[in-house]
Amino acid sequence: MAGLASAFGSGAMTNSIEEIDNARVLFVIGSNTTEQHPMIAMHMLDAVDKGATLIVADPRKTQVAGFAQIHLRQKSGTDVALLNGIMNVIIDEGLVDISFVKRRTENFDDLEKIVRAYSPDVAEKITGVPADEIKRVARIYATEKRSMLFYSMGITQHITGVDNVRSCANLVMLTAHIGQPMTGLNPLRGQNNVQGACDMGALPDVYSGYQRVSDPKARRKIGNAWGRKLPARPGLTMIDMFDAALSGGLKAMYIMGENPVISDPDSSHLIEAIKKLDFLVVQDIFMSDTAELADVVLPAVTFAEKDGTFTNTERRVQKIRRVIRPMFGAMPDWKIISEVSKKMGYDMGYRAPHEIMEEVALLTPSYGGILHHRLDNFGIQWPCPDTSHAGTPFLHRKKFAKGLGTFNPVDFAPPAENTDAEYPFILTTGRMYFRYHTGTMCRRTSTLEREEPECFIEINPKDAGRLGVRTRNRVRVLSRRGEIVVNVLVTDRTPEGIVFIPFHFRDAAVNLITNPAVDPIAKIPEFKVCAVRIVPLIPKPGERQKSLYNRKEDIKILLELYEEPKV
Amino acid sequence: MEKISSVCPYCGCGCGLYVHVEKNTITGISPSKHHPVNKGSLCVKGWNCFEFVQHPERLKYPLIKKDGVFQQASWEDTLDLIAANLTKIREESGPDSIGILSSAKCTNEENFLMMKFARAVIGTNNVDHCARL
Repeated sequence: MAGLASAFGSGAMTNSIEEIDNARVLFVIGSNTTEQHPMIAMHMLDAVDKGATLIVADPRKTQVAGFAQIHLRQKSGTDVALLNGIMNVIIDEGLVDISFVKRRTENFDDLEKIVRAYSPDVAEKITGVPADEIKRVARIYATEKRSMLFYSMGITQHITGVDNVRSCANLVMLTAHIGQPMTGLNPLRGQNNVQGACDMGALPDVYSGYQRVSDPKARRKIGNAWGRKLPARPGLTMIDMFDAALSGGLKAMYIMGENPVISDPDSSHLIEAIKKLDFLVVQDIFMSDTAELADVVLPAVTFAEKDGTFTNTERRVQKIRRVIRPMFGAMPDWKIISEVSKKMGYDMGYRAPHEIMEEVALLTPSYGGILHHRLDNFGIQWPCPDTSHAGTPFLHRKKFAKGLGTFNPVDFAPPAENTDAEYPFILTTGRMYFRYHTGTMCRRTSTLEREEPECFIEINPKDAGRLGVRTRNRVRVLSRRGEIVVNVLVTDRTPEGIVFIPFHFRDAAVNLITNPAVDPIAKIPEFKVCAVRIVPLIPKPGERQKSLYNRKEDIKILLELYEEPKV
Repeated sequence: MEKISSVCPYCGCGCGLYVHVEKNTITGISPSKHHPVNKGSLCVKGWNCFEFVQHPERLKYPLIKKDGVFQQASWEDTLDLIAANLTKIREESGPDSIGILSSAKCTNEENFLMMKFARAVIGTNNVDHCARL
């Protein structure tokens, strides 16, 4: 979001999902939309049926790439070079929307200077995408009026995540594909309410509606409403918190509905950090791996047992309703927080979630007109400044949130970790259709669980041939940080030199080996690139294949069942 | 049987759906026909998004760890323990020695409350969630 904020002044999907149906060009980069956002992909395929061109840029032959007319398979971590190459062609062939660039943006000259260096041939050398393909995509995307750009974690989970997003923003401004229906820069967000959690200010540097904690006016306004003097210095991000715990600066944590032990990179380092805490509270619906480490565990409720709102990836604030009474002895999260707060001498005094939303509306300009009773008809898309406003389907119509849009030119920088003789493969991680995040919910749903019960690694047939492994063989995957044991799936979905492991499986938690290097601004870890080595395993005679269970201490036991082939 | 309008708890699409309820038990899910996102469809996760709600492994009561083992506790005792510990740590090591993780799976109201809890009650800006993952 930091990348978008610096270009436009706000970070969210600029346009609406419904508009996709009538778009002419859909450029999808770093998102496996059909598997990760199936209902958004449905709109994309509708558009393709009506004659739209679908362009997918992804190193893997993902499901959505199978539907694309053009599939660019750039090398992992070279997105900036690819986008700069496309912009080079657009500038070179005079496809820039000059009047838009003059009226609505600033800093074009700097962009031109940097992008000049990325001729299609140079871009081909870095990305592996043929120069002619780069030219073709540039022409199609720029000349069509109704072109929408989509991206997801394939863009953000790199040490250059912010640079990647900035490059995408540069591209849409260059061609004026923003501020109108059926255009825009559209991040597809993973969790159901990740947009809402950001909007509500569950971030170290902003209050709700992205009002900065460092802004004395915002601080005074909100502090007065709450009757407390608020701290001015931005706080620690999640990854910084765990580092601080390790060094002893952070003594206690209160974790609500998160399972960082599985979802964060280099999890053995993280577990060590959590164990150092004096006091840990975890509030969740199931006993998660993080909750196991807690001093106190609180039972919370699911979406079906409470009232409230979620904000989806297109900024649509929608109501969820309590359909059954809380199960067992659980309590809604909002009530637990109020009770703890009361015990600490601060009575929040809410009787129901709609009263909390009234306070949000009062203190948050973009949610000013968003109240529960207005949301019955499929919700409202923010910004919605007051109760007479119907919401905003697309952003930046007449001007950007920050006034002029800013080009932030970026140079290509290679990923943090490179392959070498010892670790010759690039490992990339991601999601799959039948699974969701760390599996707390979907692993307890029998229909979903039976589809893909064990973790696998996708290996290209040529690499598999060289390693001498076949589908369903077991392999060890080692990085500079750790190792896991997984099943092999030989497939040309993954190009030579790259392997893929989904991150949903606690029994083979890929984040034991991923690289915790983060983007310096957004602090997003580089899940998409890390160097690994693969060692085939052969079952010892008489040993039956045991199911995968990969915690650090178990790997030793598992490995005793196998022998490594003699080279 | 009652059908109550709600939103899918899985991904960022935010599909509209109806939860079928009978005698305080969820019996099924059906998609919202006119919802602008899913227009009468749902993916496999959406169709099955109620099973985990009534799963027997759900946490049923507060747990306090004593000598490395979790023991069942009352809400009253647990909340007292949390308040006492957080207050003590804040007084001894300052508000910035406490970190709060909110959740992209919780509601807007709960996220707002969690950040209010961090900033107004504890007095720290150490609040974040897993947006980056």
